[in-house]
Amino acid sequence: MVLSVPAAAVTLLVVWIYPSYALYFHIGETEKKCFIEEIPDETMVIGKYRTQLWDKQTGSFLPSTPGLGMHVEIKDPDTKIILSRQYGSDGRFTFTSHTPGEHQICLHSNSTKMALFAGGKLRVHLEIQVGEHTNNYPEIAAKDKLTELQLRVRQLLDQVEQIQKEQNYQRVSKEAIRGVVSSGCSGLRLTALLFVWQYREERFRMTSESTNQRVLWWSIAQTFILIVTGIWQMRHLKSFFEAKKLV
Amino acid sequence: IAVPLCPGGRCWWRWAFLLCGWVLGSELTFELPDNAKQCFYEDIIIGTKCTLEFQVVTGGHYDVDCRLEDPDGTTLYKEMKKQYDSFTFTAGKNGTYKFCFSNEFSTFTHKTVYFDFQVGDDPPLFPNENRVTALTQMESACVSIHEALKSVIDYQTHFRLREAQGRSRAEDLNTRVAFWSIGEALILLVVSISQVVLLRSFFSDKKTTMTRVGS
Repeated sequence: MVLSVPAAAVTLLVVWIYPSYALYFHIGETEKKCFIEEIPDETMVIGKYRTQLWDKQTGSFLPSTPGLGMHVEIKDPDTKIILSRQYGSDGRFTFTSHTPGEHQICLHSNSTKMALFAGGKLRVHLEIQVGEHTNNYPEIAAKDKLTELQLRVRQLLDQVEQIQKEQNYQRVSKEAIRGVVSSGCSGLRLTALLFVWQYREERFRMTSESTNQRVLWWSIAQTFILIVTGIWQMRHLKSFFEAKKLV
Repeated sequence: IAVPLCPGGRCWWRWAFLLCGWVLGSELTFELPDNAKQCFYEDIIIGTKCTLEFQVVTGGHYDVDCRLEDPDGTTLYKEMKKQYDSFTFTAGKNGTYKFCFSNEFSTFTHKTVYFDFQVGDDPPLFPNENRVTALTQMESACVSIHEALKSVIDYQTHFRLREAQGRSRAEDLNTRVAFWSIGEALILLVVSISQVVLLRSFFSDKKTTMTRVGS
């Protein structure tokens, strides 16, 4: 198949503007792929996907196939379904979390062209953006008419807000965060604070591991003692009764 | 002049969008069932600095096999039963890079794996900005704060994953201790009852013998 130069230029322009969902994976016909997002509450999540079907004739993936659909199902931390919808071969879904925790995003194909699926391969490009990554800064700049510096500060504010929300979700003192941020020396102090938490977490993990080991060894020892005591009891009593000429 | 759309099956125009200069990174947490292998693919252009980071969040012994291959199939990174790792490389060739996570060594534990695959730099704030003038002091301060905050968010993510992992281990332990306690209580009951039964059988034997001697 050949293209003339103007058509090639148009194609180049189209793919330049066309969003590139870089990462992709293969999915089977009835396979369900689930992704987990652990997020604080009031966080926006945008998911974008693009599907491509394997074409046996050309031996490659077709750019886009109409009639191919994906069913998207999103569950909140209480396993309640908050979104369950059928999308086309290119889809964009969005939701805002109302409870903090693990949200599950499941995708499975609901293809109408089962015959074409004989090759068994469907390529899915996926991109999930969470929280402040969902903000489109050029759009915000145009809408609120911000200068470059104002936009940068706006981005920093969004980032700090996300950090704060995550920390609240992890139940760390809000006062500590506010005090550190307002003191003006942002990145370094926050990193230092995080190292403290990491150290605490490391200590907690080592304690858990040692507890695990201790419980295991104690259980084994206890079983052993129990069996030995039982056997000894039996033998002693038997010999006792034999001695007393009762058996 | 005619330009072939897909000469020899290789579509040149797929690389065109990558010439924009910015490619987004991908961060996903997915479920890996037992005896399963999950592969992800990404098209990367030569010279791009990429980082692959993964961590097992829940499941079994919290380990997974990971393998990263370049477009020719050469293994760039291969580790078996790793809990957490980070690998940085510079793309030596244009093409599709593939990385796979395998849980084939496990017979019945599902795993939840988190990975973060960063390709290239972040997109600039202003796509059409011209880099003719140098950044002012305020702007460069903002840029350095932005970088620092990005690393804070990164640490936060790892902290959150470790917390989830710790919680999962604690819950596992709790379940196992509960089952063990129930099992041990049952064993205790069985042993004590059989002890009593055995003792009684000693006495009943002796009674029969005495009766036979008597008559």
